[in-house]
Amino acid sequence: MPVDHPILEIRDLSVRFGRAKIPAVNGVSLTVGAERVGIVGESGSGKSTLGRAVMRLLPPAARIEAAAMDFEGAPLLTRSEKAMRGLRGNRMALIMQDPRYSLNPVLTVGKQVAEAATLHQKISRKQATALAADMLGRVRIADVERTMALYPHQISGGMGQRVMIAMMLLSKPRLVIADEPTSALDVSVRGDVLRLLDELVRENASALLLISHDIRMVASFCERVLVMYQGRVVETLTRLEEAKHPYTRGLIAAMPDPKHPVSRLPVLDRRAINEAGAAP
Amino acid sequence: MIDVENLSVSFGQGTARTQVVKSVSFSVRKGETLGIVGESGCGKSTVLRSLAGLDRHWEGSIRLGGEPVDPDRRREQLLLAQMVFQDPYGSIHPRHRIQRVLAEPIRAMDKGPGWDRVGPALRQVGLPETFADRFPHQLSGGQRQRVAIARALMLEPEILLLDEPTSALDVSVQAEVLNLLCDLRDERNLTYVLVSHDLSVIAHMCDRVLVMQRGTFVDELTKDDLQRGITHHAYSQMLFEEAVNGLRTVNEVAPVLN
Repeated sequence: MPVDHPILEIRDLSVRFGRAKIPAVNGVSLTVGAERVGIVGESGSGKSTLGRAVMRLLPPAARIEAAAMDFEGAPLLTRSEKAMRGLRGNRMALIMQDPRYSLNPVLTVGKQVAEAATLHQKISRKQATALAADMLGRVRIADVERTMALYPHQISGGMGQRVMIAMMLLSKPRLVIADEPTSALDVSVRGDVLRLLDELVRENASALLLISHDIRMVASFCERVLVMYQGRVVETLTRLEEAKHPYTRGLIAAMPDPKHPVSRLPVLDRRAINEAGAAP
Repeated sequence: MIDVENLSVSFGQGTARTQVVKSVSFSVRKGETLGIVGESGCGKSTVLRSLAGLDRHWEGSIRLGGEPVDPDRRREQLLLAQMVFQDPYGSIHPRHRIQRVLAEPIRAMDKGPGWDRVGPALRQVGLPETFADRFPHQLSGGQRQRVAIARALMLEPEILLLDEPTSALDVSVQAEVLNLLCDLRDERNLTYVLVSHDLSVIAHMCDRVLVMQRGTFVDELTKDDLQRGITHHAYSQMLFEEAVNGLRTVNEVAPVLN
């Protein structure tokens, strides 16, 4: 799919861990513009490894090989760790599954958001605090004054993800990688968090890579969906109904649907999937 | 099979005391599967823990199989209901082999050593008998949840209490575990109480669904209601929409910030 002004361009990316023969990510190519792209697959399909490879956050044991991995037109793989650190949290951002682990447990919410402001902008601490309060208000945290004085363990999961998004609003990243941003959250707040993410990327014309195992949620939210199986992209979809690969169809069929009850849920036919291989 | 009347559970002391479950009543027939759905903190797991005898400070009355049970369970009352927990990584002893995990309930109830029952128990949940020598970390999440189900069935209870049994699993593995639970229910005429935040799982498994919010049941739905999309409360309506449509609404209303 041709994309004008790609934000992220990956050609033939492979990731291997240690001396393992089987690559965790195997020959993945992907071009992302200012759009929302979903990556789905079950555990171990390599979807999170792909996200982390882009952020260069994989452990040293991982070997990343790619014909090209360009972010805003410049190669990512040859960059120094110092240069990467300038990018992360600034030009590219990662939202992880559980905000309880991605926020610093010994800093109050207000301090953390203000820290994000002082790291990437030259402003005083007082200005940073005011800016932080402003951002927390924009992610619709009701009682900003009170929330800023709370520690991460005192806030709910949904509020934690909002704090993460508030930190991103400050730096206006071009690329947001959201790795299961809603799977630790309740159904009622999932919609809110996704809506905020959507506003964030639309407003800054950034790219969003949404990584999740929930194919239905991803399909309803993203313009394109990549389905990964055993490290490969087996299919790229714009609508669930177009699914042809037996793996994608199996995933969709395995989800119970209240409107169309069945006595037994269909399970994945792994042999058929492996025979179909990585169809384009 | 299960009769609960005016069950209340509170946590904390003095001014910090909060009532988590507010005088709920329900009953489950033999062979029926009851679902309880609601968001975190609504009290659904607390209801289940009271039924299982894990929480001992509840008030009201609980009858299992016609027998009233005490908050502090006697041994034979504990045999009536067994529980399967959400996280198979946390609910199985990491340094015990699977055979010891499975024999433990038999030994705890002084019913013999229990080793001879390990093989059949594994087969019944669709695992090879050779798994008996393995440690939990050598099993996948779905296999571990099968072990947890096998362990709950060791004492042949008539009631199985399921607390989010598949929410730590992949969709594909979830389907396998849900099928297994359905098969076991049909084979043994088990009574299930299934707690989940995922209405689509509940709708698939249950004959009847109670929707819980802030410690009380706000809605009761039958399988028929769910198929036809009938709900009687705004909250269950929202849960239902989300289960059926995914997040279609997200794309429609995306107001720009500022």
